[in-house]
Amino acid sequence: MKINNITFVEAINSALQISMEIDNKVICYGLGATDPKGIFGTTIGLEEKFGNERVFDTPTSENAMTGIGIGAAIAGYKTIMTHQRLDFFLLAMDQLVNGAAKMHYMFDGQLTVPITIRLIIGRGWGQGPTHSQNLQSWFAHIPGLKVVMPSTPSDAKGLLLSSIFDPDPVLFLEHRWLHNSIGEVRDGDYRIPLGKANLITKGNDLTIVSMSYMTVEALIAQKYLEKIGIAIDIIDLRSVKPIDFSCIINSLRVTGKILVLDTGVSTCSIASEIISQIAINHSNLLDRPPSRITMPDVPEPTSYGLTKDFYPRANQIVERVCEMLRIEGSKLIDEMPVISPHDVPGDWFKGPF
Amino acid sequence: MKEPKKKSKFLDNQKLKDLFYMMKKIRLVEERIALEYPKNEIRCPTHLSIGQEGVPAALSIVLNNADYAVSTHRGHAHYLSKGGNLNKMIAEIYGKKSGCSGGKGGSMHLIDKDVGFMGTSAIVGNSIPVGVGLGLALKLNKTKNVSCIFLGDGAIEEGSFYESLNFAVLKELPVIFICENNLYSVYSPLSVRQPKNRNIMDLANSIGAHTYYADGNDVINSYTCLDSIISKIKSEDICPWFIEFETYRWREHCGYQFDNDLGYRSVEEYEKWKKRDPITLFENNLKEYFADFDLSQLDQITDKVTSEIDVAFEKAKKDTYPEKTEAFKNIYSNEI
Repeated sequence: MKINNITFVEAINSALQISMEIDNKVICYGLGATDPKGIFGTTIGLEEKFGNERVFDTPTSENAMTGIGIGAAIAGYKTIMTHQRLDFFLLAMDQLVNGAAKMHYMFDGQLTVPITIRLIIGRGWGQGPTHSQNLQSWFAHIPGLKVVMPSTPSDAKGLLLSSIFDPDPVLFLEHRWLHNSIGEVRDGDYRIPLGKANLITKGNDLTIVSMSYMTVEALIAQKYLEKIGIAIDIIDLRSVKPIDFSCIINSLRVTGKILVLDTGVSTCSIASEIISQIAINHSNLLDRPPSRITMPDVPEPTSYGLTKDFYPRANQIVERVCEMLRIEGSKLIDEMPVISPHDVPGDWFKGPF
Repeated sequence: MKEPKKKSKFLDNQKLKDLFYMMKKIRLVEERIALEYPKNEIRCPTHLSIGQEGVPAALSIVLNNADYAVSTHRGHAHYLSKGGNLNKMIAEIYGKKSGCSGGKGGSMHLIDKDVGFMGTSAIVGNSIPVGVGLGLALKLNKTKNVSCIFLGDGAIEEGSFYESLNFAVLKELPVIFICENNLYSVYSPLSVRQPKNRNIMDLANSIGAHTYYADGNDVINSYTCLDSIISKIKSEDICPWFIEFETYRWREHCGYQFDNDLGYRSVEEYEKWKKRDPITLFENNLKEYFADFDLSQLDQITDKVTSEIDVAFEKAKKDTYPEKTEAFKNIYSNEI
């Protein structure tokens, strides 16, 4: 088995290629799917390999294209559709909520809707109020949907393959700041199960539950915390619907402390749901009040000036962990580098979106 | 509108009987529902198709089970015309275990996959793109079948209609849009919803569909046009099509009663349409153009339909409700 160091984008592309190779009922479309940029490179080469009947660009019709994907799915196809920003997909809520999410249930199991909807979440570089929304909790709120948020290239590939071949509708949320991240990815077809979290680091002092890009920040925080002898469990959720509570509870039995990170705003967030369920059902495991770090409850502004200190970063995680453990952490936080510029995932990012 | 070619050589005795059978079945099923509804055993929103039997009856003899259809909240007639199981539909309306959706859907969510009837939706315009997606699947499968999308005049105002027809035209999909224009969306007439000098068929034509306009209360005319169009799709790949049928619902938008007293439409208008009852019109046409048709056959058909309906209602009433634990099942196909 060969392992390559590839980007998140290449991992997505690999999953798409594999799915289309092993099953000729897989179709893949989206605005820009066959354009020269191929949706940030994720769909490059697919049309050449699998033809324009199975891979195609679409009209700018988010709602109908979702319904068309549903129609093809109930007729035996496995539909993959992609939106370059999640925010555009809001035009398709009728087809998602009244259609895809309900059909299996309201026709009493007679229809299945194997559709995977890739939604890319923006952040920084002035993406602003309508190009940066993390609405995973909207989707998680709807019975019948599954919601996946990978944080590494390897997970992206294995989770996307599982999503495509899952018989239910899956929202697959890709954070734009992860697209250029590099990681070890296995060759060929492998599946990472939906609904199972991943314990990334092991420690006894505190449990961090995280998702998508926030896991990157959590790992940075963990490295610094290690320096002063604090060991934390980082649980990367992988799926935010369903949530792997047994993994969280097992960790909590050891640590007694939970901090949940969420890429979305706080009210009615995935973080809220996790904390409420833990508080209601497992308060005996807690020796501190639970805590969360989320985006603030405001739309994301555009200006470079307005977004300064807007996004939660690793230093905020370190600070919160120290508070929860009642440890003086200011010296450690002072050691952490100031990230500048604050609105890009790295020097490679030159926009435009 | 073109003068209908009444005496079609394609309309043999069997087809004439089939047309009458389906119209009568739809009419008498809906009338029975209206009769039973006040007993409070049917406990879901129900939209009757009385007055609109012509178009579905015409389609019932041109589509086969490998063709797909999707429909709307007013879907009883479409379900039956596609060959949907009557007993299962009535049981579904009664919320019973043997219902076509196991009691989870009710009158507005009917399905019979065995005959290609792939579901109805309570949301206006919601099933249109699904029907186009079924058409996409047919095209990818390279089979000579058609996906039939039932919609009303209200759905024309939805974005999903424009988006879906645009895609169907773009990809030349084997799809036929059957628009039953009954002039009202709930109580709102066309005049408050669509510009005065624009008609629906022309709008669809301007998007690029092949179009036709027909009197939906004239079942023979509807059959003739649909038979020719479906064969153009299946044998000549000429598609997609949009057909506007004028028609009229007799009873209230939702429920079993007449609602002319509300004043949103006039009694004169209602009476005018009632004079164009699709079933009476058909019987008159039989006498006028099909002199060799034995009219006594109609009574036999009516008897047959009546006994089918008696059985369906009897079974549905006797059937049990699903176990309440069923409410928690089939949320996912692959439960995690």
